[in-house]
Amino acid sequence: MASLISYSLRNLLTRRLTTFFTAGGMALVVFVFAAALMLAEGLRSTLVQTGQPGNAIVLRKGSKSEIESVVDRAAAPLVETRPEIDRAADGAPLAVRELVVLMGLPKRGGGTVSNVVLRGIGPKSLELRPQVRLKAGRLPRPGSTEILAGESVARRFEGAGLGERIRFGLREWTVVGIFDAGATGFNSEIWGDCDQFMSAFRRSAYTLVLAKLREGSAGFEPFRQGIESDPRLQLTTKPESVFYAEQSEMMAKFLRIMGISLTAVFSIGAMIGAMITMYSAVAGRTGEIGTLRALGFPRRTILRAFIMEALLLGLLGGLVGLAAASGLQLFTISTMNFQTFSELAFGFTLTPGIVFLSLCFGLGMGLVGGLIPAVHAARIKIVDALRTV
Amino acid sequence: MNGPASPAIELRDVSKSYTRGQQTVAVLQGVSFRIEPGEFLALMGPSGSGKSTLLNLIAGIDRVDSGAILVGGTDITTLTEGELAYWRSRSVGFIFQFYNLIPVLNALENVELPLLLSPLSRRERREHARAALALVGLADRMDHRPGELSGGQQQRTAIARAIVTDPDILVADEPTGDLDRSSAKDILDLMAGLNESLGKTIVMVTHDPRAAERAHLVRSLEKGLLTNADLHLHS
Repeated sequence: MASLISYSLRNLLTRRLTTFFTAGGMALVVFVFAAALMLAEGLRSTLVQTGQPGNAIVLRKGSKSEIESVVDRAAAPLVETRPEIDRAADGAPLAVRELVVLMGLPKRGGGTVSNVVLRGIGPKSLELRPQVRLKAGRLPRPGSTEILAGESVARRFEGAGLGERIRFGLREWTVVGIFDAGATGFNSEIWGDCDQFMSAFRRSAYTLVLAKLREGSAGFEPFRQGIESDPRLQLTTKPESVFYAEQSEMMAKFLRIMGISLTAVFSIGAMIGAMITMYSAVAGRTGEIGTLRALGFPRRTILRAFIMEALLLGLLGGLVGLAAASGLQLFTISTMNFQTFSELAFGFTLTPGIVFLSLCFGLGMGLVGGLIPAVHAARIKIVDALRTV
Repeated sequence: MNGPASPAIELRDVSKSYTRGQQTVAVLQGVSFRIEPGEFLALMGPSGSGKSTLLNLIAGIDRVDSGAILVGGTDITTLTEGELAYWRSRSVGFIFQFYNLIPVLNALENVELPLLLSPLSRRERREHARAALALVGLADRMDHRPGELSGGQQQRTAIARAIVTDPDILVADEPTGDLDRSSAKDILDLMAGLNESLGKTIVMVTHDPRAAERAHLVRSLEKGLLTNADLHLHS
């Protein structure tokens, strides 16, 4: 089957300026499209990575987020003594009671207040979360008003840097260490002694119990049944990674829907641009089309050549847009996660799936923009076309 | 295919009219004639006499209203659109007044273009195209784009493109209409040479009496009718 690929390509190269502007318009749309998906993906992967496989989080029944949960003092030991929970070297169960409080703290430079998660931790908290590493300073002494700040909190909130003091819960707290939790939500938290936080915030109950299961993820189902069937407990449990992934669902969906609807509107403009470009390409080359047809090229070859040209434009736009969007991976976004009402720092994450979708989107715009002009090109009568030379 | 007795082209009672707005203009009315194999025919006549339409019909890029056109024994008026396109790619070489080269392709690629429709490999196509360009004296201009060639060189490239598929018939619509006198003479020499050495049947529409002089046979059209059968035979 005869093809005119080099003809299509050569035409785009010859009309560099038109090609540049049309592909540029589509590149912008692909950029926004990819950026929105990357943002949603970044949020998702940050929260998914927040959970540690093999860990189970125990919360009050019906709690969708940590903030809603209450685990009272009497219930916590019943959970900790479940046989499915792994034991530490000292024979104690690998489980920890934590308190989660949301606190408005002023940001650096400007003083706007944003919510930060304060997590009261126990002795095993760090052992259960190996992804959290102390980056600077030291661990707080138990029973003291010393706290640890996650890296992104330390950077962005007033008084949260190493050695600085910060006031909440009617007390002054000293930041003695900065921890790095990689690309997880913990980076946006402040950690301190659980009992100190409970008294500072006048709480009488814990928020959750986190436990490491003996048989990893396989041990989860018996653990869940044990917790949920115990009539003394009004609690439920989820694998930690599943729980945090669910925290991202609403926000990620919001970002995705917003991104897609925004780009849907933009893409109409880009497609019209592509259509105008392709129509002018057809109009400017009517004589050539007539010549090609006279030489014996069938209509479908002409149709394909012009569609190919539009697809190449779309592909070029897609590649440029993606290249620009991939540069966004260098930036970190911090925003309010509406589901937990706390500030969360996360990056743009590019995945092969997003690359594929973005390129398809670019090609799709090219196809839609080029189809009608290409059909028009293929339907021109030879004799009429030759007259325009 | 066509034996010595059968004509290269035969028109039987061909009529063609165009609709312009409300009006129907009869361009050709019952035209019949034969063109023998190896003939070099010039079609002359005033503007609007129908000579270009006649050429388009013979070349299979336009359709008759009635009548039949037999080329090499095939009635091309019965072919479907696709069959007709295929037939053109194999049997007809086109030479246009304004050369109709593709500006973004160089001379070699322009000449190679019709061969994309053949089963030849890329290497074979290139070889054929080089040979055709050499035949028209443009072996040293293969990498030039049409914009970098003179009018005469462009027309020679177009002739190379017309003969590269080795068609039986060449149709030329005012091939010298856009050329200066000396280039026009070169082109006519080239066409006469192709007619004599390769035995190509040539049908040429022209206004130019000097071009018509090079043909074996001149036919005049007036208001859609063949007016005479003036014969100019050259040795």
